[in-house]
Amino acid sequence: MNEATLFALCAVLLVGAGLYGLIVNPHPLRKILAFNVVGSGVFLLLGAIARRGAGAGFGGDPVPQALLITGIVVAFSATALAVALLLRLHDAAGSVTLASEVPPKVEPDAGSR
Amino acid sequence: MSVALNVLTVVAVVAGAFFFLAGTVGLLRFPDTLTRLHALTKADNLGLGLVVLGLLPHVGSVLAGIKLVAIWLLVLLSGAVASQLIARATRQRDPDA
Amino acid sequence: MMEALNAGLALLLLALAVWTIVARDAFAAVAGFIAYGLLLTLAWVQLSGVDVALTEAAIGGGLTGALLIGAVGRLRDTEATARVERPKALTRALAALVAGAVTVALALCVLTLPDPAPTLAPDVAANIAATGVGNPITAVLLAFRAMDTLLEAIVLVFALIGVWSLAPDRAWGGRPGVRHVADPNGILAYIARVLPPIGIIVGMYIFWAGADHPGGKFQGATILAAMWLLVMMAGLTDAPPISRAWLRIGLVAGPLVFIAIGLAGAVTAGAFLAYPDGYAKPLIIVIELALMPTLALILALLLVGAPQRTIQR
Repeated sequence: MNEATLFALCAVLLVGAGLYGLIVNPHPLRKILAFNVVGSGVFLLLGAIARRGAGAGFGGDPVPQALLITGIVVAFSATALAVALLLRLHDAAGSVTLASEVPPKVEPDAGSR
Repeated sequence: MSVALNVLTVVAVVAGAFFFLAGTVGLLRFPDTLTRLHALTKADNLGLGLVVLGLLPHVGSVLAGIKLVAIWLLVLLSGAVASQLIARATRQRDPDA
Repeated sequence: MMEALNAGLALLLLALAVWTIVARDAFAAVAGFIAYGLLLTLAWVQLSGVDVALTEAAIGGGLTGALLIGAVGRLRDTEATARVERPKALTRALAALVAGAVTVALALCVLTLPDPAPTLAPDVAANIAATGVGNPITAVLLAFRAMDTLLEAIVLVFALIGVWSLAPDRAWGGRPGVRHVADPNGILAYIARVLPPIGIIVGMYIFWAGADHPGGKFQGATILAAMWLLVMMAGLTDAPPISRAWLRIGLVAGPLVFIAIGLAGAVTAGAFLAYPDGYAKPLIIVIELALMPTLALILALLLVGAPQRTIQR
């Protein structure tokens, strides 16, 4: 199996793992992390497809790779906006829950950092 | 001549990898933050330095060799600063650690 | 030999991604995510995408990591409360089923990709001489798909405006973030004085070398933004109030120059963002030089966040 197929399958597993984390983790920051894992998996998949399009003296098809650079920068800006929204929610509401009612606050375990 | 250079590369890179391994073992096995920082700086400075030394015979030009050494010096600088900052934060949080 | 290296790299990537999902402590998850971003850089090198590797290392590993560490620090006392809301086993099983179904569907698509792969590499190779640049990624970004780059710059400005609009009323138009204070004789202030000159040279070099070698303005602008952030974090300078005129002019100058050159191309070469013969390379350089400060400002300010303090006159 050449490296394009190997990394494409790895990317598909990353998308699956990130999707599970996005659904299951209740804390919005963990959801943002999982979303970034899904995004990087999608980019890796597109990169593997770009590698398969190697030819004419280039190691990979340059058009998808240029789109990937654009994608990574825009994904960072989306993450920044998401984090800003989350911090504003925390400042305005005191909690970061996505449920309809605010749950009772649980003190952090003593002994954690 | 090139055989000797290849032997030098292999020996240096393997030695650098050994220091990286030692640093990782130290990170996993040492009891607290300050001793772990000590282990990591050994990996950073010596390990990367030996790897760079091993790669130097194979660069295409003197400028590329200078760039490799500059990378090592920048990693040294940032590693030292980060270690100091982490150590100071650890000391402030837990004065008798 | 290379197959073993690639297989090991793929396994490490999967392990770190799973760690990011299941780690109990959010800080540990973010640390795993930063390591994951750096390993992804190696994966990009193995896939012959050196430009993408540079961008992933700078933005994916560096800036995103710094952003998430800042967020984790501020949200530390909400983790225990959120942990109570973990879904029941049935929801988790359904989520695993959905994720598994998506994985299987995508894996089937990967295994049935057409062979030989359709590619635009020959078209790029045939037309790259007219653009005057040697790096095919730069040619695609600024000559063949210049519209995408223009829209991306505008999207970044919109994202920054979105972040700024989250300011509380009392801080409207004020300074973002907190005023960092560091010991002026300490090591953080020391490196904030020593590293930025080196960083600026490296950033400009990566931008300039992007014409013919891997590199380009996104990677260069990220390094410039990182140097400005370092100086701000060491307390040597403060974030500017977002109502300052020079800041707002700097943000729109890049896209405006880009649009102006595009309109000039519509007049002189027949299509929006077309370059007249022989003027491609100088126009590309002008566009990149105009976009660099805009990108550096946007990337740094996205990380600093929404305004929190009123303007101090």
